[in-house]
Amino acid sequence: MFEFIIIMLVKIAVVFGALLLTVAYLTWLERKVIGDIQVRLGPMRVGYHGLLQPIADGLKLLFKEDIIPAEADRTVYLLAPLVAIIPALISFAVIPFGSQVKILGRTIDLYITDVNIGILFIFAVASLGVYGIVLAGWSSNNKYSLLGAMRSSAQMISYELSMGLSIVGVLMMAQSLSLVQIVKAQSVVWFILLQPVGFLIYLICAVAETNRAPFDLPEAETELVAGFHVEYSSMKFALFFLAEYANIVTVSALATTLFLGGWQGPLLPPVAWFLLKVFAFIFLFVWLRATLPRFRYDQLMGFGWKVLLPVSLANILVTGLIMAWR
Amino acid sequence: MELGLFIVLALVAMASAIAVIIQRNPVYSALYLILTFLSLAGLYLQLQAQFIAAIQVIVYAGAIMVLFLFVIMLLDLRKEEQRAVKGGYQLLIGLLLAAILLGELGLVFGGGVLKGVPGEFSPEKVSALGNTQVVGRLLFTDFLLPFELTSVILLVAIVGAIVLAKRRLD
Amino acid sequence: MAADYAYVGLFLLVGILFVVFTIEVLSRLLRPSRPNPEKLSTYECGERPIGGSWIQFHVRYYLYALVYIVFAVETVFLFPWAVAFHRLGFFAFIEMMIFIAILLVGLAYAWKKGALEWV
Repeated sequence: MFEFIIIMLVKIAVVFGALLLTVAYLTWLERKVIGDIQVRLGPMRVGYHGLLQPIADGLKLLFKEDIIPAEADRTVYLLAPLVAIIPALISFAVIPFGSQVKILGRTIDLYITDVNIGILFIFAVASLGVYGIVLAGWSSNNKYSLLGAMRSSAQMISYELSMGLSIVGVLMMAQSLSLVQIVKAQSVVWFILLQPVGFLIYLICAVAETNRAPFDLPEAETELVAGFHVEYSSMKFALFFLAEYANIVTVSALATTLFLGGWQGPLLPPVAWFLLKVFAFIFLFVWLRATLPRFRYDQLMGFGWKVLLPVSLANILVTGLIMAWR
Repeated sequence: MELGLFIVLALVAMASAIAVIIQRNPVYSALYLILTFLSLAGLYLQLQAQFIAAIQVIVYAGAIMVLFLFVIMLLDLRKEEQRAVKGGYQLLIGLLLAAILLGELGLVFGGGVLKGVPGEFSPEKVSALGNTQVVGRLLFTDFLLPFELTSVILLVAIVGAIVLAKRRLD
Repeated sequence: MAADYAYVGLFLLVGILFVVFTIEVLSRLLRPSRPNPEKLSTYECGERPIGGSWIQFHVRYYLYALVYIVFAVETVFLFPWAVAFHRLGFFAFIEMMIFIAILLVGLAYAWKKGALEWV
């Protein structure tokens, strides 16, 4: 019993550490890849090829003065970054990173926990993530903050719908909500081949959920003065940024688990395959940011409600028809 | 252990529910209400109703309270906050009704009027089959009519809200 | 089953502790604190703030959130249907299609009435 707790704590520490490191170096990766696409170098000075840049940024933010506006609602202002980042981190508690590994004679499952309702848990936690933005915008006592937060949260809830609907097809095939079961159900063929439309919808909704380009109007610097986090400084601002990048990693991990077979693949160890696939999705996110122009807000909302929602419902209909036919 | 967890969750739920009513600031009330829903979800988890717990968070705490917060944040409610709490006969009637409700609750739960009928799905069977699968099976066979009626209720909700809101839009 | 959620709770606790540690403990030791009225005032692109910090209530936020609630409940019904799909017959498929069709009528009504327009 006692050693089980130790194993669990080690697993949590490893996942946490790996996640924070990934998120920090995601900023570096983004700057380098965007620089490359724009035919320039990106960070080069801090360390070899700018590899120490995230550390430098983190330290800088740590040392900055923390300005809390005089008119801001203090409790909610301090609570908002917490509510923004916790859902992004906690989704990793149910994602399987690999099959099983034998260390020191003990078989350890490579997931923190296998909850019966895995996907619903992630969906529930994602719905709570909207509150971080809404509370941040409201508590800053700034019109631009409030406007940006309202727009951002309206965008997030619109695309969360289609995201949930797009994975219903996957659930129909896997017959379980547990992520470990879904990965096991893809041992014959990955769901991306069986559910291409669902995959596409999920990908588009994931980009919109995380407020990334081309759907990042509510937080673009040229609009609404950086949106809901305009009044935040120092570590709280860093936490909002961390939350956004952690969300990117979370939806990428979810995409590999649901559509790309999780940790399955020949030759390489399972964890390596998992990391490779997650990295591929993260790269796709950065690529999209560098390439596509921003959507206008009414185009964005129209697309979410008038195109994605009917298409995802139609996807469910067709999947159900094909499966009922057999 | 389980009893301790139950006591903690129940106390949090009750305290935040009381805070919802006592708080002057409506946004704080809404936040305490979210806390109430989250502790209720924890209580559902203790009852082995994982699906219901997740639904509680997704629909109640995640969708309905977002609606509440949107409306509260966009209305300028500072005048409401300054208004003092009036005593007088409102308080008396409120206390009387609360006492009646408490009496009813005591009668129902203490007097053994409510008897649960054990169904065919014991907790072991449910966890063997999978929580959501059992709900799915029952929902579309035994409880089909309530399910279809839910869709009609939701349709009425959409139409009603749009009719009411259209007057503001135009 | 209870153990699963205990680990989720543990993960949550570690997360909260980490966040609080970075903001309150670490940063507080390292950062300067020199407030002055200019710095503490609301940001409005460098000007002095005009008017209060509220914006005009647009009913479209309410409508979006409301349609979101309705379709979130629909999604919630779709999940148990999807995982029990193999065990239920073709009849259950028809039932769900009726459910979705009724809600699509609602969506079409909202679309036609302009509730989904962002203007």
